[in-house]
Amino acid sequence: MNAYVAASIGGILIGLSATLMLGLIGRITGISGILNGAMEMPKERNWRVLFLAGLLAGAFLFHAVSGAPMPLPSDAPWVQMIIAGLLVGFGTRMGNGCTSGHGICGMGLTSKRSFTATLTFMLTGFATVFISHHLIG
Amino acid sequence: MKNAIVAILAGILFGIGLTMSGMTDTAKVIGFLDLFGEWDPSLVFVMGFGVATTLISFKFILRRPHPIFAERFYLPTKTNIDYRLVLGSALFGIGWGLYGYCPGPAIASLTYGEPENFIFVAALIIGSVSQRLLMDRQPS
Repeated sequence: MNAYVAASIGGILIGLSATLMLGLIGRITGISGILNGAMEMPKERNWRVLFLAGLLAGAFLFHAVSGAPMPLPSDAPWVQMIIAGLLVGFGTRMGNGCTSGHGICGMGLTSKRSFTATLTFMLTGFATVFISHHLIG
Repeated sequence: MKNAIVAILAGILFGIGLTMSGMTDTAKVIGFLDLFGEWDPSLVFVMGFGVATTLISFKFILRRPHPIFAERFYLPTKTNIDYRLVLGSALFGIGWGLYGYCPGPAIASLTYGEPENFIFVAALIIGSVSQRLLMDRQPS
């Protein structure tokens, strides 16, 4: 499938997932928040754990049905990978959301906070790749 | 029970969307973030169509008094833009650019069974928990 068509359909599926969550059970589909809640909110753990299990199952299903090869992990050094993971976890908790919570859902709610957050992480994401690939890479 | 079924179906849909669009491929994500190199703009369409969908659907959903299977909507309550929002998002973007995974694709990638993906998610969880311990915040 053409990369643009696949990305567009993928985006719509993600939007539909967020639509089901809000329309049926009233929840915002923010992955970082769902993960944190699954770890730390025992009384509200079940739906969060099931959503995350579904996430893995959906990813598996796509590769199994489409035959698309599973992507290999990045060849970035492990130190870089671990620092990146720490920053993603620390930053999304501090900023109350990630690409899904602020990006897909928050912007859908036309939240100023989410537009600010999305603009910020896009800019620092672009800047980080520019610095690591073109200035020191 | 209904919550459980909705959550697992929505999770599956989300996982298919992420993998189909290429978000679980770190090389593709880095190509998208490499604005000044051989930029791969296709992932713009993930966010574009995702937000277009929620912009329309959320508007209709929030006209209802409550969700179909729940008593109320659980919406974010904060409205102010503070340094935590901006600094947190900035740090997240740096981590995203260093490796190519944001939280959703990172968790979905565990299905690939590669040790790197488990270590990345472990680091992500340690980062998140340490933020709470250091800055004493409730789960968002």
